[in-house]
Amino acid sequence: MTYLRPKFRHPELPKNKLGYSVDKYEGALSTLCAGCGHDSISAGIIQAAFELNIEPHKLAKLSGIGCSSKTPAYFLSNSHGFNSVHGRMPSVATGAAMANRDLTYFGVSGDGDTASIGMGQFVHVVRRNLNMTYIVMNNGCYGLTKGQDSATADRGSKNKSGEVNLFQSIDLASLAIELGATFVAQSFSGDKSQLVPLIKAAMSHPGFAFINVISPCVTFNNNLGSTKSYDFVREHVEATATIDFVPEMKEITANYEKGSSKEVKLHDGSYIQLKKLAEGWDPLDRLSAMNAVQNARAKNEILTGLLYMNPNSVDLHELIETSNKPLNSLKKSDLCPGSEALKAVNAGLR
Amino acid sequence: MKPTNINDPEYFHKVVDCQHACPAHTPVPEYIRLIAEEKYTEAYMVNWDSNVFPGVLGRTCDRPCEPACRRGRVEEEPVAICRLKRVAADNKGDVKKHMPQGPFKSNGKKVALVGGGPAALTVARDLAPLGYEIHLFDEQKLGGGFMRSQIPSFRLPETVLNEEVNFILDLGIHTHFNHFVSSMKDLMAKEYDAIFVGTGAPRGRDLPDLPGRKEGDANIHIGINWLSSVAFEHTSKIGKKVIVLGGGNTAMDCCRTARRLGGEQVKVVVRSPFSEMKASPWEKEDAAHEDIPIIDNHVPKSFVIENGKLKGMMFDKVKAVYDEKGKRQLVSAGEQEVFIEADDVLVAVGQENSFPWIEKDLGIEFDKWNMPVVHETTFASTHKQVFFGGDAAFGPKNVITAVAQGHQAAISIDLMCKGEDLNVRPSPFVNLVSQKMGIHEWAYDSAVETDKRYAVPQAEKKVTLTNRKKEVELGFDIATGFKEAERCLNCDVQTVFATDKCIECDACVDICPTACITFTENAEENDLRSMLKMPATNHTQDLYVSSELKTNRVMVKDENVCLHCGLCAERCPTSAWDMQKFFYNVTKAHSGCASHK
Repeated sequence: MTYLRPKFRHPELPKNKLGYSVDKYEGALSTLCAGCGHDSISAGIIQAAFELNIEPHKLAKLSGIGCSSKTPAYFLSNSHGFNSVHGRMPSVATGAAMANRDLTYFGVSGDGDTASIGMGQFVHVVRRNLNMTYIVMNNGCYGLTKGQDSATADRGSKNKSGEVNLFQSIDLASLAIELGATFVAQSFSGDKSQLVPLIKAAMSHPGFAFINVISPCVTFNNNLGSTKSYDFVREHVEATATIDFVPEMKEITANYEKGSSKEVKLHDGSYIQLKKLAEGWDPLDRLSAMNAVQNARAKNEILTGLLYMNPNSVDLHELIETSNKPLNSLKKSDLCPGSEALKAVNAGLR
Repeated sequence: MKPTNINDPEYFHKVVDCQHACPAHTPVPEYIRLIAEEKYTEAYMVNWDSNVFPGVLGRTCDRPCEPACRRGRVEEEPVAICRLKRVAADNKGDVKKHMPQGPFKSNGKKVALVGGGPAALTVARDLAPLGYEIHLFDEQKLGGGFMRSQIPSFRLPETVLNEEVNFILDLGIHTHFNHFVSSMKDLMAKEYDAIFVGTGAPRGRDLPDLPGRKEGDANIHIGINWLSSVAFEHTSKIGKKVIVLGGGNTAMDCCRTARRLGGEQVKVVVRSPFSEMKASPWEKEDAAHEDIPIIDNHVPKSFVIENGKLKGMMFDKVKAVYDEKGKRQLVSAGEQEVFIEADDVLVAVGQENSFPWIEKDLGIEFDKWNMPVVHETTFASTHKQVFFGGDAAFGPKNVITAVAQGHQAAISIDLMCKGEDLNVRPSPFVNLVSQKMGIHEWAYDSAVETDKRYAVPQAEKKVTLTNRKKEVELGFDIATGFKEAERCLNCDVQTVFATDKCIECDACVDICPTACITFTENAEENDLRSMLKMPATNHTQDLYVSSELKTNRVMVKDENVCLHCGLCAERCPTSAWDMQKFFYNVTKAHSGCASHK
């Protein structure tokens, strides 16, 4: 019986700049169904955190309830974690981020946790541009309660018992763009070559970075007629561009046809390099991003890759001018600056 | 790359590194599992079928399996395969009832075996149950050959050897001990249907041209002759100061035996650098443990004789110099010659074959080195009825090689006697069975233990150095044997991939602890090796490549550091991966293979 993962790793595993090999970013052995897309996304998160040289104790992973929200147990065991109430991860994340701006915030949610019970929280965390990465592991069904259609199940999609979904689906990526998210991407759990650079870019983005990842439920929603099965997604996936995340400015040597490649600089000096851009799409232009998503939908395609980003993102801390130090590092002298300072404040109000 | 042909038994055989490296291809993981289950008799019989002398080999084998063991690529040390074999032998129950039971119905054929060592005894064991009348000739008073005369009792107790030799002799072998075969011509005249020569490499090399060799002869001994004379109790003493010349396992046996016969200052002096000595590392360790210094880079120059008596030896210090082809040359360091005192010198600088008793006009061809011309797979000589095996065939090797060759020679003799083609060799016995019992349950213990290799306990030096027959190694006790057995990775439980079932969900890629699995576009082998999740840099290990998947990619698995933990199969939603136990056993003459090949 194997409930434990062997401790041995490949003897030649590379180390990142911190001297850690990728196994330092692993978590416990997954208890999700064998073949669950969520496990692939977890592996993508592990890889991204490893490649970004993130110190595990400088990251907080937050989640709500559901299969997706169980996954933080399966990656980054050495990081902070908070498994919140169903659909309430955004408020916990907001509170944590307000208190300690020095951590990297990584939220994991599912289609139920975000598009149903947590919708009220989701829309507000988007419009506030909280500096966090928010991944939805989207399988179009409630896997934890045996596969009922969720709010992201497409109209006409057939579930495992043969029932056809009658309702319109909520398109989370469109909604995020609409609400002013400053980084919106879409991906597929079965394509790590796209997913890992997207997660890395999202984690480097100063502001709310949203990734909607189609992640097939292998037990309840991988049947013929489902629009969230491995086969269907593979057949209907269309990428905006191939993406590379370049940690620091290097001379770009690859030669691409003019107009077919684009570099987007992030605040920390890193780059997102996009190649083979889809026609008529500009990742920095919200309208063209919305058009691209809608056009793809009309063609029954699933558009993946980076959809939109605003390189001039102003995150919540900057917007409301919070303390530039984590609250736990403030000294008494910062918190009680003395009567002279109080006088100055009062004088300002006269 | 082309999809891997897993229907070729040699593919999975190679994955079982230990078994593949073993000259006799003993199913190692199979018997290690039996040991873990405390089925020592069964474990012994798996060994006995394959290597004939489990008790002997569990103490003295050269263990080519251990450097090959996958565990040694995953952590520091391989599984103690050899000493686990001894656990099976030490704790076995009544094994005799599982062996072929005579008397056997005669098939009317007679075979003569010259030499009573491991090769000849293997031929005897394989052929006797088929009804052959076997006549075994040996110049010594007991069977076992070099296992008896060369391997000291403190490494291999006589009782162990006797038991295993007798298992064979009890099959109804006609033994002719104390009988030196002095003429092949005479032997052939006795109308045997086949003659097997397993006379080993009986002549120890000497240093005849070294000054003082003749004068000091009384105190200069050829290592293998001296060991043999100790074994048969003709020699029981040696001087206090002893030099052993040579860096092989015989030198190690000589120096340790000398320590037990009164040698107080025993030194091994070897020409080559320490790291390039032929002796197995563990034998060097055992010598060091018995306070025997090994002086390397010293080339013997002369024996020093005073008043007609040996006083010691002069040596020239050298250093190893390598040319661009890596060929070694020992170049004098140009220093003054070194004198080392000695009462006795044991010369253990190699041994060679010698066939003075085979007349040259019998149709048995010899090459320019005076070695018989022997076919590499059939072990047939140029004479239709004469076969060679063991050290007699291709020069000095080891017991397990002699056994492996004995099996093949027995098959050839059987085929020849039936008038069949010697080159049509019987196929191995192969089986591949799924181990799946449930979602998390396998028919094998799939958990991977992290225990480091356990050391075999030894008897106290005080005791062992005063009693030549006291075995030094005590062997693993049952509890330690179990823990060591648990270190085995079960490499014979194969990861078998079914392309048509795979939905490319990546679950196996994500779970594999040692990053063996990659889904990628196909390419030529060298490119493919560099394209994997972890580049496959060990070219001695194969890539397992699937046929093309739906996405036009292929599954590529680097066999190198796979732990056979079964997690890929456990996390596979469609059972595209399955863990299947692969059993591979070399067919022997007595399994009746030759008739249904």
